[in-house]
Amino acid sequence: MSDLKIVVCMKVVPKPEEVGVDKETMRLDRENARSEMNPTDMNALEMALDFKDRYGGSIDVVSMGPPFFSHFLPVGLAMGANHIYLLSDRDFGGADTLATTYTLALGIRKIGDVDLIFCGEESSDGATGQVPPGIAEWLDINQITMVNRLDYDTEREMVRGQREIPGGHQIVDTPLPVVISVATASNEPRFMDYRLKSWAFEDERITVWNVDDLKADPGYVGEPGSPTIVSGLEQAPSRERRMEFIDGTPDEIALRLAGILEDRM
Amino acid sequence: MTERVESLYGIDEESKAIWVFLGQIGGNLEPVSLELLTHGRQLADQAGWTLVGLLLGHEVGHLTEQAIAHGADEVWLADHPLLEEYTIDTYGRVVFDAIMEGKPSAFIAGATPNGRDLLGRLAVRLRAGLTADCTDLKLVTETGILISEVTGFGGGVLALIEAPTHRPQMATVRPGVFPLSEADASRKGRIIDFQVLLSEDMLKTEVVETVVGAGVDLTQAEMLVIGGRGIEGDFEMLRELADALGGDIGATRPPVDDGFIKRERQIGQTGVVCRPKVAIVCGVSGAFHFAVGIQDAETVIAINTDPEAPMFEFADYCIVGDAAQIVPALTHALTLEKVPSV
Ligand SMILES: Cc1cc2nc3c(=O)[nH]c(=O)nc-3n(C[C@H](O)[C@H](O)[C@H](O)COP(=O)(O)OP(=O)(O)OC[C@H]3O[C@@H](n4cnc5c(N)ncnc54)[C@H](O)[C@@H]3O)c2cc1C
Ligand SMILES: Nc1ncnc2c1ncn2[C@@H]1O[C@H](COP(=O)(O)O)[C@@H](O)[C@H]1O
Repeated sequence: MSDLKIVVCMKVVPKPEEVGVDKETMRLDRENARSEMNPTDMNALEMALDFKDRYGGSIDVVSMGPPFFSHFLPVGLAMGANHIYLLSDRDFGGADTLATTYTLALGIRKIGDVDLIFCGEESSDGATGQVPPGIAEWLDINQITMVNRLDYDTEREMVRGQREIPGGHQIVDTPLPVVISVATASNEPRFMDYRLKSWAFEDERITVWNVDDLKADPGYVGEPGSPTIVSGLEQAPSRERRMEFIDGTPDEIALRLAGILEDRM
Repeated sequence: MTERVESLYGIDEESKAIWVFLGQIGGNLEPVSLELLTHGRQLADQAGWTLVGLLLGHEVGHLTEQAIAHGADEVWLADHPLLEEYTIDTYGRVVFDAIMEGKPSAFIAGATPNGRDLLGRLAVRLRAGLTADCTDLKLVTETGILISEVTGFGGGVLALIEAPTHRPQMATVRPGVFPLSEADASRKGRIIDFQVLLSEDMLKTEVVETVVGAGVDLTQAEMLVIGGRGIEGDFEMLRELADALGGDIGATRPPVDDGFIKRERQIGQTGVVCRPKVAIVCGVSGAFHFAVGIQDAETVIAINTDPEAPMFEFADYCIVGDAAQIVPALTHALTLEKVPSV
């Protein structure tokens, strides 16, 4: 079977260290934050590309977000994906994971006959890890989360995923179609192929779908489709630390520290 | 066409109860499940609600006592051979059925890989609101609204999240954020046998093997010695210091990625959040992703060659110096002091 149809869900996120909370409005200040591809989604794409290299097939990237995502998503093409779909509509704004997974699932369904869906373990802004199992539920297909290695048994048409669990790992088999969430740092994403780069970043390489294209139920997308609301926002309190510097030779420092430690043991 | 998505049951049908999903590994309840019972007990007492534990497994009946000793009023027990190992197929089905029968106002679980796997899927099935990896949970007594605190953007921002109109109010909670109560064996509770109908053909996922090591749990360590890239993989040196302190060792992400130490020992946003009495942090620059992992440490000692290292802003005692010299000297000093003087 060499026609595996693979989708990778990728998201553009603000660089976490550049996001703060505006102390006056108590709103998120991401104006000054530069954006990047969600780091783990690069691991997801790499796992998908490797899977395709080994077992054949094609890869589409799907993303839900505002139009500016289209400046970043072509990285996927330059790394080897075949097509990019951006689900973008004003009405998709304000989505929590319920609405996001509904929308992504509609996009994946519209692509049709998808065998594998790769997601990152979590996004660095949402950081829920809920999107992959949520997509699997809407599509009523299998899921393996926190995967750091994936193989395919072509005879049984089953994937075998190795999951990271606390203190060890677990190996599970499941038939296609399946959603895979890829554990952070489980591989080394490849570089862009420079022969593809200028092609990838040409205009109109990306298919954009809106609410109507997806025939989405307006009550299920964006804010109406989101049970959760953010009722408060604050800068994380940093615990007051003494910041006392201790000087001396290593032995002097060691004695001083030993004293401090004895009091606390 | 719908105006607004609705959960399968609403506030008018809810029972005034907090349900805790009791995860178990190798015949024991996960520490985070007990932490959630401890905290859930406080919330339930404050609001006059019931605290219920939901336990799935095979021949796990004895664990109900532990759950009651940590605060549960009731334990719903689903015992079945096909529940021996977690799979989304079986657990998803049984937990969904139990929730639809008990209709709790709130349903919480540990933010473990399985807890997130399970609730992420069930929240969609229930059309409910779910917050992930919470660092605090409050219950507003008058309204019955559960408020979850989550950290975002690498830990720099705290957000409060609620789902006021949808039930159950779901959350996964980060292991280690709530302290654990002492077990009280005299507590009494009810055990409810939850009958399940499961058959092999419902199982699409097959667990081929589960390998869990000795079970490192850094969330419970009181003395922690943590190494970053600056110690160049010499965790042996840190281990000696940790042994002298009766503690354990942890790491930042780079040494984990480089294979010097296992991922289960990674501290930080994508690793463990610990709350030791003392954290001795060696050769760590102090990235925000890391610092959230030790923000609840009582005392932080940092050793770094770079006087400008951001790590010092997160430390009580700051030592500008080479960890390769200071750490052995400290181990030596501690070992010496244990030898009775003549
Ligand atoms: C989404 C995301 C999630 C992340 N999650 C985590 C996480 O959970 N945990 C985590 O740790 N990181 C995490 N990171 C990575 C994090 O941002 C930092 O890159 C990482 O913490 C840096 O590790 P470090 O301090 O060991 O290394 P470096 O930043 O390279 O710092 C090494 C330090 O060692 C000092 N040094 C060098 N030699 C010596 C010596 N001989 N003695 C003493 N000091 C010396 C140097 O001055 C320097 O300050 C995450 C990143 C991302 C993007
Ligand atoms: N808006 C989005 N568009 C595409 N993929 C997404 C989106 N949000 C989340 N994902 C995918 O779901 C994974 C987990 O995200 P989250 O559940 O938000 O932590 C990410 O790593 C992505 O692969």
